[in-house]
Amino acid sequence: MSSHAANTDDPHAALEPLKKTSTGIENKKLAMWAFLASDCMFFGTLISTHLIYRKVYPTVVEPTEFFDIELTGFSSFILLMSSLLMALSVSAAHKGNIAGMRRFLLGTIFFGLIFLSGQVYEFNHFVKDAGLTLSSSVFGSTFYVLTGTHGVHVALGVLWLSCWTACSLPKDWAWYTLRGGRFLWLPIRVIFAPMVGRYKHENALDVEVAGLYWHFVDIVWIVIFTAVYLVEYLPILGF
Amino acid sequence: MASTVETEHHAPAPAEPVRDGIWRRPLKNTGLVGFLTTVDHKKIGIGYALGALFFLLLGGVEALIIRAQLMYPEQELISARTYNQLFTMHGTTMIFLAVMPLSAAFFNYIMPLQIGARDVAFPRMNALGLWCFLLGGVLLNLSWFFPGGAPAIGWFAYAPLTDRQYSPDMGTDFWIMGLQILGIASLVGAFNFITTIVNMRAPGLSMMRLPLFTWMTLITSFLIILAFPAITIALVELMFDRHFGTYFFNVEGGGKPILWQHLFWIFGHPEVYILILPAMGIISEILPVFSRKPLFGYPLIVFSGAVIGFLGFAVWSHHMFTTGLGVVATTAFAFLTMLIAIPTGVKIFNWIGTMWGGRIRFTTPMLFSVGFIWMFMMGGFTGIMHSSPPVDAQQQDTYFVVAHFHYVLIGGSIFALFAGMYYWFPKVTGRLMDDFVGKIVFYLMFVGFNLAFFPMHILGMTGMPRRTHTYKSEMGWDQSNFWSTIGAFILGVGILIFVIQIVYAYYKGRKSPKDPWDSRTLEWDTDSPPKEYNFAYTPVIHARDQVWEDKYGVEAKRMEKIAPGKHGIHMPDQSWWPLITSIGLFIACLGMVFHKQPIPLTAEAVFGLEIVIFGLVATFVGMVAWALEGPGGFHLHPDPAEYADATPAPEDGHGHH
Ligand code: HEM
Ligand SMILES: [Cu+2]
Repeated sequence: MSSHAANTDDPHAALEPLKKTSTGIENKKLAMWAFLASDCMFFGTLISTHLIYRKVYPTVVEPTEFFDIELTGFSSFILLMSSLLMALSVSAAHKGNIAGMRRFLLGTIFFGLIFLSGQVYEFNHFVKDAGLTLSSSVFGSTFYVLTGTHGVHVALGVLWLSCWTACSLPKDWAWYTLRGGRFLWLPIRVIFAPMVGRYKHENALDVEVAGLYWHFVDIVWIVIFTAVYLVEYLPILGF
Repeated sequence: MASTVETEHHAPAPAEPVRDGIWRRPLKNTGLVGFLTTVDHKKIGIGYALGALFFLLLGGVEALIIRAQLMYPEQELISARTYNQLFTMHGTTMIFLAVMPLSAAFFNYIMPLQIGARDVAFPRMNALGLWCFLLGGVLLNLSWFFPGGAPAIGWFAYAPLTDRQYSPDMGTDFWIMGLQILGIASLVGAFNFITTIVNMRAPGLSMMRLPLFTWMTLITSFLIILAFPAITIALVELMFDRHFGTYFFNVEGGGKPILWQHLFWIFGHPEVYILILPAMGIISEILPVFSRKPLFGYPLIVFSGAVIGFLGFAVWSHHMFTTGLGVVATTAFAFLTMLIAIPTGVKIFNWIGTMWGGRIRFTTPMLFSVGFIWMFMMGGFTGIMHSSPPVDAQQQDTYFVVAHFHYVLIGGSIFALFAGMYYWFPKVTGRLMDDFVGKIVFYLMFVGFNLAFFPMHILGMTGMPRRTHTYKSEMGWDQSNFWSTIGAFILGVGILIFVIQIVYAYYKGRKSPKDPWDSRTLEWDTDSPPKEYNFAYTPVIHARDQVWEDKYGVEAKRMEKIAPGKHGIHMPDQSWWPLITSIGLFIACLGMVFHKQPIPLTAEAVFGLEIVIFGLVATFVGMVAWALEGPGGFHLHPDPAEYADATPAPEDGHGHH
C-alpha cells in the first residue's frame, strides 16, 4: 500500500485503507496465513520423521535419562508467556500507544531469548553429558534437526521483532544507536540505525502480522514439547 | 505513451519521510536496468516464459541425446554414466524448469488481467520468484562444469543412492540446493497468487465468476504451498545426511530409505497436479472461445478441480506399490487412486460438452486443445491401469510408465501450454502468429509425439525396463526403439519451428487488435499489449463471461467502468532488492554445495560454512533494505480517452490501487 495514507494521527484511520480488499482482510495478513499453513506442513514433515523413527527404534536411546524436563518445561512456559506479551504489543500498537508497544515488544524479545538460551544450554548438555549428537543415532539426527528448526524460527522471530522495536524508537535515537550504544557490535548498529524512527500508525498491521508468526511458532512448540518430550514420560507414569 | 507521470514521492511532503533505503530507487523502466529491477507482473511473466522456453530446449536436447543412444541396440554413443546424468537432468529440467515456470508465466501475466487487478499483491516478491527460478536453474546446471558432473540419481533421487558413499560427487549437492532455490521461487509465487486472487478481484467479480484459468491458478497455488514443504524438508534431511553425518536415509546408521520415497511422493503426486491443473485451466479458457459457447458445467469444473487437488494428497503411495506396503495400505491407495479418475473424467465430459453443438473454429490454439483432450485421456487410461497394484507390479519401472507420464505431461501439459502461448501471444505482444505455420507445428508435434511415445507402451509390456542405457537385439525391441527415436526428432523439429515462429512473429507478425479471437474474459478488454497499469479504469463485473456479455449480452450484464480519481493510478516503484536477495540465496546454496568438497584448482576441501554464512548475511541485508525501502509508488494519469465511457470516481477515490 502507498505511504500517502499515513499522514494522520488516528491509528484506526491509518489502517482503514489497507482493508479495502475483496475480503476486507489486509493482503499482508492473508499472505501470512497462507505462509503459516505452509509452515504447518514443514513442521508436520519433521515431526512425523521424528515420531516414525521413534516407533521404529523404541529402545536405542532412553531420552528420559538425559532430558531435563523441569528446565524444558520452564522454558516452554516462558515461551507461552511471551505470546501474552506479544498480544499486548499488538493491542498497544492498534491503540497507537507506541511506547507501550515497544515495552511489550522488548518483553517478548527477552522471553524469546530466554527460551533460546534454554535451548542452547540443553543442546550443550545433551552433547557433552549424554553424548547425543547429530550422528550418534537416528534419534540424535531427528531430535536436533526438528528442535533446531524450531529454534531457528524463534531466532528469526526475535530478529523480526527487534527490527520493529528499533523502528519504534523516537527519531532522535538514530544517532545514539549508531554512535552511542558502544556495547553493540558495529554491524548490528549499522543494520538497526536506519530503522529508527520509521514506525507509523499503519505499521500496526506489520506488528500484528509478526505477531501471527510468533503465536504460530509458540503453538508449534506446544506440539513439539508434547510429541518429543512429554510422551517419553508416559511409560514412567505407567501408561 | 499518452499518459503523464507525476513523481509524487520524489518531492515528499515534509511530514512523510523519504523511504529510499540505501540508494535512490531505479526509475528507468527500459533496457537492462529496467528489466533487472522490474516489479511489473507482465514483464516478470515474460521473463518466466523466456527462461522456461530456454530450459525446454535444453531439456529437449538432453532427451534427443537419450533417444539417439537408444535408437539401435547395443550402442555406445554415450557412456552409461552420462546416460544416467542425462535422464536425471532431463526429468528435473522439464518438470521444475520448463513446465512449472511456463505455467507460472501465465499465472503472472494473465491472472491479474483476468481479475482486473493493477498488479499482484506483492510486486517485489513476485520479482524475487523470477530471480530465484532463473538462479535455481543456473545452479542446477552448473553441476555439469564440476568434477563428477551432473547428478546421476534420477529425478526422484531415491535413497540410498543419494548417500555420500554411493554418489560422492558434488552433482547431487547441486541438485539438492538447486531444488531448494526453485522451491523458494514456487512458494513465494504461490503466496502471492493466493493473496492476489482472494483479495484483489475487481468489484463484482465473485469467486464463482472467476475465469477458470484463475481458479486453477488458485488451486495450484494451494497445492504448491502444501506440497513443497515435504520435499523441502526431505532435501534438508538429505543435505544433513551428506554434509553433517546424520542418518535420516543412511542405512548404516539405522536410516530407512523408504522414508525418502514417502516424503518425495507426498510432494511428488501433488506435483503432477501442479503440472496439469494450470493446463486444464488454459484449456477451459480456449474451448469456449473457439466453440462460441459458454463453458459447460462451470461449477462442476471448478469443483472437480478442487477435489482433484484435495485427493492428490492421498494417493502418493501408488508410486510405491511394489515396495510392499502391506495389504491394507495398498488397497486403500489403489482405491483412492481409482477415485481420483472420477473428477478427472468429469472434466473431460465437460470439455466435450462445451464443444458439443458449438460453432467450432479449428485455429491453432483450438487444435492443441482438442489434441490435449485426446492425449490426456490416453495418459489417464494408462494411469487407471496402474492404479491396480497387481497390474502395476508388471508395469512399475518399465517403459509403460514412461509412456504414461509422457502422455499426461507432453500430450497434456505441454500441448495445453502451447495452446496457451498461441492463444495469448497477441495479447502479450500485440502481434498475431500465423495460423498456417501454427498448424504445421501442431501436426508435427502431434505425429512426432505419438510416434515417439506410443511404442513405449508395447516396449514396457514386453519388459523393457526404464532407465536402461542400452539393450540386446534378441529382446525384440529394435523396431519400436528405432521409430520412437524418429518420432522424438519430429517432435523436436516441431518445437524448433515453434521457436522460430514466435521470434519471427514478435518482430514481423501482423498487428493484432484488442480482441483477435472474439474472446470472453476480461484480459481481452484492455490493449494488446496492455499498458503498464493494465486497465485505465476500474472494471465493475456483472457476469461470468464479461467481455462476451459486453459484445453480445443484454444491457443489464454489461460491464461498468469507473474512471481513476484525481490522483491517477497508483504504481509501485522498481527495486534492486529482489535481485540482490536472490543472489544472496544463490551464494548461500552454492556455499552449501562447496561445503567440505574438493573444488577445481584446489583439489582439496577448502570451504567450511563461510560462503553459506556470507550468502545468508547478504540475503538478510537484502531483506532489511527491501523492507526499509518500502513499496514506494508514483501515480500515472492515463489518457482520458481511454476511459471516456467510464463514470467518474467517487469524491475521495484514489482510483484503484
Ligand atoms: C487419471 C489420473 C492418473 C492416474 C490414475 C495416475 C496413476 C499413476 C500411477 C499409479 C503411477 C505409478 C506408476 C509406477 O511407477 O508404477 C503414475 C506415475 C506417474 N504419473 Fe500418473 N496418474 C494420473 C495422472 C497423471 C498426471 C495428470 C500426471 C502429470 C501431469 C501424471 C504424471 C505421472 C508421472 C510423472 C509418473 C511417474 C513418476 C516416476 O516414476 O518417475 N500422472 N501415475
Ligand atoms: Cu502419482
